[in-house]
Amino acid sequence: MMHSIPGRRIIISVFLIFLMLPIYWLVNMSFKTNNEIISTMTLWPQEPTLAHYRRIFTDESWYTGYINSLEYVVINTIISISVALPAAYAFSRYRFLGDKHLFFWLLSNRMAPAAVYALPFFNLYSAIGLFDTPWAVALAHCIFNVPLAVWILEGFVSGVPREIDETAFLDGYSFPRFFIKILVPLIASGIGVAAFFCFMFSWVELLLARTLTSVAAKPISAVMTRTVSAAGMDWGLLAAAGVLTIIPGALVIWFVRNYIARGFALGRV
Amino acid sequence: MDKAVNQKAWFLVLPVFAVVAFSAVLPLMTVVNYSVQDTFGNNQFFWNGVGWFKELLDPSSDLGSRFFASLWRNLFFSTVILAIEVPLGIVIALSMPREGWQVAACLVILALPLLIPWNVVGTIWQIFGRGDIGLLGYVLNHIGLNYNYVANDIDAWVTIIVMDVWHWTSLVALLCYAGLKSIPDAYYQAAQIDGASRWAMFTAIQLPKMNRVLLIAVLLRFMDSFMIYTEPFVVTGGGPGNSTTFISIELVKIALGQFDLGKAAAMSLVYNLIILIVCWVFYTVMTNAGAGRRLKEGAK
Repeated sequence: MMHSIPGRRIIISVFLIFLMLPIYWLVNMSFKTNNEIISTMTLWPQEPTLAHYRRIFTDESWYTGYINSLEYVVINTIISISVALPAAYAFSRYRFLGDKHLFFWLLSNRMAPAAVYALPFFNLYSAIGLFDTPWAVALAHCIFNVPLAVWILEGFVSGVPREIDETAFLDGYSFPRFFIKILVPLIASGIGVAAFFCFMFSWVELLLARTLTSVAAKPISAVMTRTVSAAGMDWGLLAAAGVLTIIPGALVIWFVRNYIARGFALGRV
Repeated sequence: MDKAVNQKAWFLVLPVFAVVAFSAVLPLMTVVNYSVQDTFGNNQFFWNGVGWFKELLDPSSDLGSRFFASLWRNLFFSTVILAIEVPLGIVIALSMPREGWQVAACLVILALPLLIPWNVVGTIWQIFGRGDIGLLGYVLNHIGLNYNYVANDIDAWVTIIVMDVWHWTSLVALLCYAGLKSIPDAYYQAAQIDGASRWAMFTAIQLPKMNRVLLIAVLLRFMDSFMIYTEPFVVTGGGPGNSTTFISIELVKIALGQFDLGKAAAMSLVYNLIILIVCWVFYTVMTNAGAGRRLKEGAK
């Protein structure tokens, strides 16, 4: 039982309404015709329409934006988790030369401002011929996602008793076999949480994704900013595109609701 | 916690080291390289020594004045949002329902703003605050306030601060909630027997238990607000005038807009150095707090 403060129902209700109102307004607008948006102020769509959504799903320049975004986000998640897993095990089980410094260095990279890296990344990935591919964005996002994955997974690996490792090695398991057959299944939920957060932070980032792509790999967030300003503010379409970017997060949030604080706190709760 | 010393563990860490070094150290070397050179274009560079740094740190020069103006704006912004979000987050965490489906529902709604792409956050507030098509702007204008975030400095600031509170207070609340949940019931029962007041319970039990998560919350909120770019860029574009141009926005303008590589590089390094120092201070405080607590618990 947690002791709470007087009037808590009112406080939490008001705050939740404050959170939902702007989102509701976006959803509301996405179902209105542009004419209705501009001419009248209505709290819900008077003539609900799916035209904006239909346009996004049929117009190639729109839906490829979603595919491009998903592409680099998935690549990034796979890279981050696979390099972070062994490192998390090492940090959790052993002490080695420079381990504390390395851990701090990783943290400092999670905090590095994207604006600082935008230009050098542009040069780097142009030089090695990856510019405007999903790989460029995926690798660039590793700078904050790999440290995050290491920090989250380290917490979960530390939750596995060390006796399990020792028993497995006594039973003749080799290290790779122990890792895949025993450790990974034991921390499956932790891997899920880490993957979710890598997915999320890569999905919400715009500056690097926009700087490192031009045409072929343009992410949805960049499509939104460019197409709309060129078309002279198609508000309904903009709103519909925005709603569609919220959906992936909203869908998976249910599964990680109990770990959400842990993920945002770099695994330190 | 007595971990075995094993230098072979480096092999397990090597992939992480390689990936992060590739995307952190390599680009940073380019920045260092640019920061000490000047160019006339055509890829011809010549040595400029610490010239850019001198100009950057001299408030009377054009570059220096822009840098310091955006730095102060950024610090002011971080201070304001911390002063609002931390107390508000604690209050929200304390107001969370105790059990049942409401807990899950609250957690999901609270987390929702955190998972929205940052430019969409900007778009949401850009629309919401407009006087013609946005609910907020419409209502404010109709109750007699002359609200226009595109033309008025103060309105632009208020919009950006409210947007940040909307976007990130949940993070503080979720962290505090996680901290509160770790308090055993026995503590409260003991406090009740002692006849402790509600306020005494808060200052003697809940606040000390939330110490660590609050530290993380302040660190994350300070860092993320200090490098904020996308949301204000989408809503105000740094305007009206330069009134909401934060360091990141200024930096991107110089680096990718004007392609002033030397100036941008010098600014990047100073910016990064500030972040690194703050980060190190927090990290030291955090690990010391953790070690202190372990000592205390070990003594018991």
